[in-house]
Amino acid sequence: MTETAAETRSTEELDRVVIRFAGDSGDGMQLTGDRFTSVSALFGNDLSTLPDFPAEIRAPAGTLAGVSAFQVHISDHDILTPGDAPNVLVAMNPAALRANINDLPVGASVILNIDSFDERSLAKAGYDANPLEDGSLDGFTVFEVPMTTLTLEAAKETGAKPRDAERSKNFFALGLVTWLYHRPVEPTLEWIGERFAKNQMVEQSNSLAFKAGYNFGETAELFQATYEVKPAALAPGTYTNISGNTALAWGLVAASQLAKLPIFLGSYPITPASDILHELSKHKNFGVRTLQAEDEIAGVASALGASFGGQLGITTTSGPGIDLKSETVGLAVSLELPLLIIDIQRGGPSTGLPTKTEQADLLHAMYGRHGEAPVPIVAAMTPGHCFYAAIEAARIALKYRTPVFLLSDGYLANGAEPWMLPNPDDLPDISVEFATEPNGSGEEGAQAFLPYLRDPETLARPWAVPGTPGLEHRIGGLEKEDGSGNISYDPANHERMVQLRAAKVAGIAKDIPPVEVDREEGAEVLVVGWGSTYGAIQAAVRRVRARGKKVAHAHLMHLNPFPANLAQVVHSYPKVMVPEMNLGQLSRLLRSDFLVDAKSVSKVQGQPFRVAELETAILEMIDA
Amino acid sequence: MPDAPTTTKKDWSTDQEVRWCPGCGDYSILTAVQMLMPDLGVRRESTVFVSGIGCSSRFPYYMNTYGMHSIHGRAPAIATGLAVARPDLDVWVITGDGDGLSIGGNHLIHALRRNVNLTIVLFNNQIYGLTKGQYSPTSEVGKVTKSTPFGSLDRPFNPISLALGAEATFVARTHDMDRKHMQATFTRAYEHKGAAFVEVYQNCNVFNDGAFEQILSKDARPKNLIPLEHGQPIRFGPEGEKGVVLDGDGVRIADVADVGEDKLLVHDETRTDPSVAFMLSRLANGPYEPTPIGVFRAIQAPDYGTAVQQQLLDAQERRGPGDLAKLLASGSTWTVGNGK
Repeated sequence: MTETAAETRSTEELDRVVIRFAGDSGDGMQLTGDRFTSVSALFGNDLSTLPDFPAEIRAPAGTLAGVSAFQVHISDHDILTPGDAPNVLVAMNPAALRANINDLPVGASVILNIDSFDERSLAKAGYDANPLEDGSLDGFTVFEVPMTTLTLEAAKETGAKPRDAERSKNFFALGLVTWLYHRPVEPTLEWIGERFAKNQMVEQSNSLAFKAGYNFGETAELFQATYEVKPAALAPGTYTNISGNTALAWGLVAASQLAKLPIFLGSYPITPASDILHELSKHKNFGVRTLQAEDEIAGVASALGASFGGQLGITTTSGPGIDLKSETVGLAVSLELPLLIIDIQRGGPSTGLPTKTEQADLLHAMYGRHGEAPVPIVAAMTPGHCFYAAIEAARIALKYRTPVFLLSDGYLANGAEPWMLPNPDDLPDISVEFATEPNGSGEEGAQAFLPYLRDPETLARPWAVPGTPGLEHRIGGLEKEDGSGNISYDPANHERMVQLRAAKVAGIAKDIPPVEVDREEGAEVLVVGWGSTYGAIQAAVRRVRARGKKVAHAHLMHLNPFPANLAQVVHSYPKVMVPEMNLGQLSRLLRSDFLVDAKSVSKVQGQPFRVAELETAILEMIDA
Repeated sequence: MPDAPTTTKKDWSTDQEVRWCPGCGDYSILTAVQMLMPDLGVRRESTVFVSGIGCSSRFPYYMNTYGMHSIHGRAPAIATGLAVARPDLDVWVITGDGDGLSIGGNHLIHALRRNVNLTIVLFNNQIYGLTKGQYSPTSEVGKVTKSTPFGSLDRPFNPISLALGAEATFVARTHDMDRKHMQATFTRAYEHKGAAFVEVYQNCNVFNDGAFEQILSKDARPKNLIPLEHGQPIRFGPEGEKGVVLDGDGVRIADVADVGEDKLLVHDETRTDPSVAFMLSRLANGPYEPTPIGVFRAIQAPDYGTAVQQQLLDAQERRGPGDLAKLLASGSTWTVGNGK
């Protein structure tokens, strides 16, 4: 221990910091980032995360393709995004450095595992010259730390083989960053104890590496300062750090409780939706049934079968899975049964970018079926909002007996934020009643059940479930006679049924809240967004206003039907811009529905918008 | 629940006009089922027929129960969701050779593999009827149809072999010319707990008339139908002169006079290993030579819906009924004060 180092070192207070952990996909970077996030959440920071990993489980070690990164933004105030650019990059090897260095602003810090900067690793990463020697890192503050050596040294006493002990180096990095940002150590040590309880040697070697990293920061004279990010002034309440997929799964469990109906999930594993299946399968004591189906089609088909049986059928998927479910969604439109189709959007077309985010399924959800087959669409805006979006989608499905698309995306699914726990008593009652009695008369005036006799208010048909005596009926994908539901090929009847199904979905507009506009007197530009771009757009709007410029923001959770006031809102501003992670799908809908010159701001890089990109776009629009 | 009320065939029939071609084998299957239901002692409201697409799949419209005429091939998947959600129901799946073995083949084998509590009846007429006469996955090689003017090249599935390959716990074959045999087979299938698979040889008199003539005509039956009866030696022929033996080469047909009665294979539906049943399913290369009919396999195994239900009950027993507030607070939490 060198006392001088500790004595001369200063502590700087930061209002926010963005840290990116990067390494090989086998290096445990997601876990490292996740731990740092959890500790920061418990510490009381506001935060937002962006995991970014390759689709390959273990791409060749040391290559650019195999780099896995986790970015976390922590702050002492309300933040909305995982941050545009890291202030600190922790790079476990040359590939991680090379893949990420271009995202760093000048002046950023780079903490390197110097042990991995040998000739072979440099070559694998595609470096012709050692970046530590060729001046390419001038402008950054570089900390060269022999993480592998120090980890092996620390883990020596466990008797673990070097090859195994080396795997703890991510905990060394975590320990170092924990020290650098004044995070508490106990929660992580406790976590390591629990997580690796079954393997003493791994538990010990991780704990020792973590402590060694922490102590290294304290002892070595490498760091001139440490940093503090004070807790944020969040609204009073109890918080947990939650990812979009967990929030969504919990929202479905809540919907089941609020509807007083069991839920049934039919799902086929697919990235990035699988975690919802994993999470729901844990909660059998809530009466949740989960079926890992033989394929995507069986996932939605089994869910629809469960809905016919009087449960809320749900299917979760992503990318190509949505294509495969289309036919069954059309059947659900025709059967007029509740069904949730949850799409965690990812880059497409085809297999596309399985682990990267995109918002390019909106028009698929809207139109991706043969025939006139309207389906309501709900979109989640933040990781925590996935909880409420799930309840709202379930409400619409149950009340209107219709399939409903719930759109999330890879960014929301894996991203996390502090989330104030709702009081279950404050959540809406979304229960519905099954039909129990005949509702009409058949031939010769006998009592009969007419499965397509609609509620005049909602246009929903009665939901009579098997097991109810006297209401036996047959439904199917063939066109049905209005009222009786019998097969009908009558031309006028078909047109009436097409219009009734459309009117039913359109009528939901009366039953959803008007879109709220974050308005500003005198603003000429309205930014309209939907789904996961909420954080980036809102942050950009705040920055624009901080520059003294005026802008308004409306963010849509309901995409079909649109809120009833949307026409009036978009016509209230001379300029309308629509940022989307697609080639302009919402803007196309706005243009066709409202004859408004909505300008598309498009990004399809598998990465969320940066705040600065949107800030620039808004400023240009204001000045245009 | 009290016993089901006494019913007649009429109670199980709907007011919908039956729209199969006159003379279609489907009529006799429908009549067999409608007449059987009163004898099964079941309730209309607890019975659901689910079908896919094709001639056979119109079946639910004619049964006065709950029913769903769904989409092509997906009936086993839809029925799986229904049976798992509602283990209290009797769920029947009506399908055909195109619906169940071509477009829906995957769902069929997985419903059988999981042993979902379903009674699956596959009408096999070896042709596509509703689309007007293309060859099906059970059509014989060389079949000349609209889509195969030079004869089909595809080798056919044997539905019984397929079901046994998926280790279905109940597998049987019957045919549309014998109401009694159909009803006995359907009764066994209905009573089986788990996935029951019944292939029904069904004549399409418009597009594939006489496909089973060589084994099902009155004259041919004694010679070419091999009745499978549990616990009985397998023998057939007008005088019972033929029999089935199992030896080093598998099962084969022999003259009883040559091998002796003692050497005949005694049929055992309950063999855990499906291999012998599979060998029996391979005895005939097609419906033109001696073909086994009856129950190939019937074993007891846990059914999927009940097992799923049991997991829920166990979880509730162990952890108590779900508590939403507890779930929401199950991760690490922290509290931000109200500033007072």
